[in-house]
Amino acid sequence: MEPALLQLNSVRQTYGEHDVITGLSLRLQAGSIGCLLGPSGCGKTTALRCIAGFESVSAGEILLNGQCVSSATSSLPPEQRQIGMVFQDYALFPHLNVAANIGFGLHQLPRAKRKQRIDELLNVVQLAEVSKKYPHELSGGQQQRVALARALAPRPSLILLDEPFSNLDVSLRERLSLEVREILKGQGMTAILVTHDQAEAFAIADEIGVMHQGEIQQWDSAYNLYHRPANRFVANFIGQGVFLPGRVIDERQVEIELGILQGRMPQQSASSSEQRGKDRIVDVLLRPDDIVHDDASALQATVIYRAFRGAEILYTLRLTSGDTVLSLVPSHHNHVLGEKIGIKLEADHVVVFDQIES
Amino acid sequence: MTASWRLLPFLVAALVLVPVGVVVASFFTPANDVWQHIVETTLPFLLVNTFWLALGVVSGTVLLGVSLAWFTAVYEFPGRKFFSWALLLPLAIPAYVTAFVALGLFDFTGPIQTSLRAWSGSDLLWFPDIRGRMGVIIVMTLAFYPYVYLLTRNAFLSQGKRSLEAAQSLGQNRQRGFFKVVLPMASPWIAGGAMLVLMETLADFGTVSVFNYDTFTTAIYKAWFSMFSLPAASQLASLLIIVVFVIIVLEQQFRSRMRYAENKKSQRADRIQLTGWHNFLVTGFVVAVLFFAFILPVTQLCIWAIQSLSVDFDYARYLEFLWHSFVLSGLAALLTCSIVIVMVYAARRHPSLSMRMAVRTATIGYALPGAVLAIGVFVPLAWLDGQLSDLALQLFQIETGLLIQGTLIIMLIAYLIRFMAVSHYPIDSAMQRVTPNIDEAAMGLGLYGWAMIWKVHIPILKPGIFTAATLVFVDVMKEMPITLMTRPFGWDTLAVRVFEMTSEGEWEQAALPAVTIVLAGLMPIIFFMRQTEK
Repeated sequence: MEPALLQLNSVRQTYGEHDVITGLSLRLQAGSIGCLLGPSGCGKTTALRCIAGFESVSAGEILLNGQCVSSATSSLPPEQRQIGMVFQDYALFPHLNVAANIGFGLHQLPRAKRKQRIDELLNVVQLAEVSKKYPHELSGGQQQRVALARALAPRPSLILLDEPFSNLDVSLRERLSLEVREILKGQGMTAILVTHDQAEAFAIADEIGVMHQGEIQQWDSAYNLYHRPANRFVANFIGQGVFLPGRVIDERQVEIELGILQGRMPQQSASSSEQRGKDRIVDVLLRPDDIVHDDASALQATVIYRAFRGAEILYTLRLTSGDTVLSLVPSHHNHVLGEKIGIKLEADHVVVFDQIES
Repeated sequence: MTASWRLLPFLVAALVLVPVGVVVASFFTPANDVWQHIVETTLPFLLVNTFWLALGVVSGTVLLGVSLAWFTAVYEFPGRKFFSWALLLPLAIPAYVTAFVALGLFDFTGPIQTSLRAWSGSDLLWFPDIRGRMGVIIVMTLAFYPYVYLLTRNAFLSQGKRSLEAAQSLGQNRQRGFFKVVLPMASPWIAGGAMLVLMETLADFGTVSVFNYDTFTTAIYKAWFSMFSLPAASQLASLLIIVVFVIIVLEQQFRSRMRYAENKKSQRADRIQLTGWHNFLVTGFVVAVLFFAFILPVTQLCIWAIQSLSVDFDYARYLEFLWHSFVLSGLAALLTCSIVIVMVYAARRHPSLSMRMAVRTATIGYALPGAVLAIGVFVPLAWLDGQLSDLALQLFQIETGLLIQGTLIIMLIAYLIRFMAVSHYPIDSAMQRVTPNIDEAAMGLGLYGWAMIWKVHIPILKPGIFTAATLVFVDVMKEMPITLMTRPFGWDTLAVRVFEMTSEGEWEQAALPAVTIVLAGLMPIIFFMRQTEK
């Protein structure tokens, strides 16, 4: 295997008697952008602070370029790790102007080189015209770019971004996250981002780890997290969807109320092979895009709720059994509550989980 | 009614400006013999004394305040929570009380030197003279460091650890990060605290007179009450007020810098756990400061107070001092808070630049030293008094005598001017919580006018008014120069009693009144502590 730039081996972090991170492992290749995604309190920020060296680990180890920087017995001080950090509140130095903020980490460079590097970064983040201004005179988006430039300046081997867009307007977030991705890729940086916002994670990261209760539940691409969730938590946390009961026919087919679903069944289901046998009852994940509206279809469902979203309407539909499904329909198909509409299944893969014993 | 009460802030601003104008004007009055004498003999000496005192106390409080703030804001060590508020306790002890306890303990005839001499058998010539300049500086540093500590600690708490981490992620170690980032970032707060200390130092009268260390305030007192020259006293006051103006301007500068330097609220980072001998060093340092600034003086005071009770103690006189102090403090708190409430309402109803200027002028008095204010208020009122009795004599042929002098009016006006700022801050902050939306919501529910004020505003303002009243009450109780210089004959308070007994070296007699003042001073600190704990 190619050596990873960053590697975490079963890292544990304990605060008091409480485990914040229970056993975190991940590998990140040079040049890629990773993301820790999870609800608040899942330990993602703590994980980031462990990598930066602000928190010590209770067990496991963190390797940077193959060198151990954190373990239960030793810890390299943050200032010697060559890891840049963009803080959630940016933590810009209010007593320094933009240029001086960016140049702060370049204290070892001679004056001319320092100026050259500052100018270079001012151009990268397009802030050359405000270089003499102070942080409080900048907009939120500008402050964020200063923070990014400041972290990039000393050419760290890794950059950490802690909820970098949470202080910005929702309308700005998408554009800025693409901008940040471009800057990071342009500089050939390896980065890890922490966020609770899936849209942000999808927009910026190559690989995403969904975190819950101090562990990574799945480390995968955005497509796989959505369409091939490894467990119920990931399935619920990422995107929308419902579970319908289904009966296993064989390894490639499951029968549900709406018909027979065909496709490769993911092997990550924890159940043993004999439990997967024929006629077993399982929960089948259905995304809103798996159910398609078709006036010609014989299958009918009642509209019980509708959410207008501009280009589409998200319908909540009740089936004859009383179970509900979601369906995303182009918004010119305008149906009222109580109306019966025709639907059909359109999914090319099957996600099943063992039924929760109640 | 509507028109008249909105004028109140302007009237109050004028009331503040009159004494300032009177004192400044006396700078230009022709010199008399006493003034000539002062300029030739004591003035250079006063300037040198004041300069070294100010420099020493400001450096001392910054050193002590900043280091204590850093330890309690960023590190974790045994008892950290307790110490972070206990370090404010010295605010309860007026500096002049710490001063006489220090003298009583460490002077040549005090218990420390006496027992050391007895134990070592030598005459102890190496023992430093507590009565010197160093003694005053140490006492004032111990009394005033909480101002710097409190402001700087808030700055460190809101931004200290986070900015240190930012510096570390950029390759600076902790020491360099502290000096390159944390300290410069906190500098507006540190400087703001230092300016408050400077004001207190220049305004101080009690401490320097206990130590017989001549500064402007004691010189003003002597010119007035020993040389009986009010003009000379005014001229001295005018010099002092010029220095104070410079400080006010500087302080306003730092305040405006604090505003932009204020970071957005970030989640509080974890503290750095201290281990091994660092732990002992920090805890030991904090305990030592607390011991010398609070525990030692309070313990000694209590011992003296108990001793004084045993030898034919005059309860009636003590109760009289207590009563006088209570009446004065109560009246001042009532007067100040009522006026400030109306002022805050007026500023809220009619926000304008001129209104803001008026309120700002009205609250500038906290910077004026009591000795200066005493003269500034006394001179015009004494003149008015003379005019009134002349007028009465001419118009009605009545010998009214002096109407204003001999009453509490002069003192109360001086207190009002000096302590308006103290009560303005909490009441104004409480008023900020009564947003226009609250008014509209109340009106939407059918509450108007007095009903709205009574049912909506007063409950919201109550804690602020209570804090303001307590602060003024305690400040008046501690206040020494105004009370001493403008009180009606025989109207002695606890603070006056402390002054008189300490100037005769009767530490034991001064102890019980001092303990009473300290107890009162503890009240606002305990309220403050409870509020911050919530």
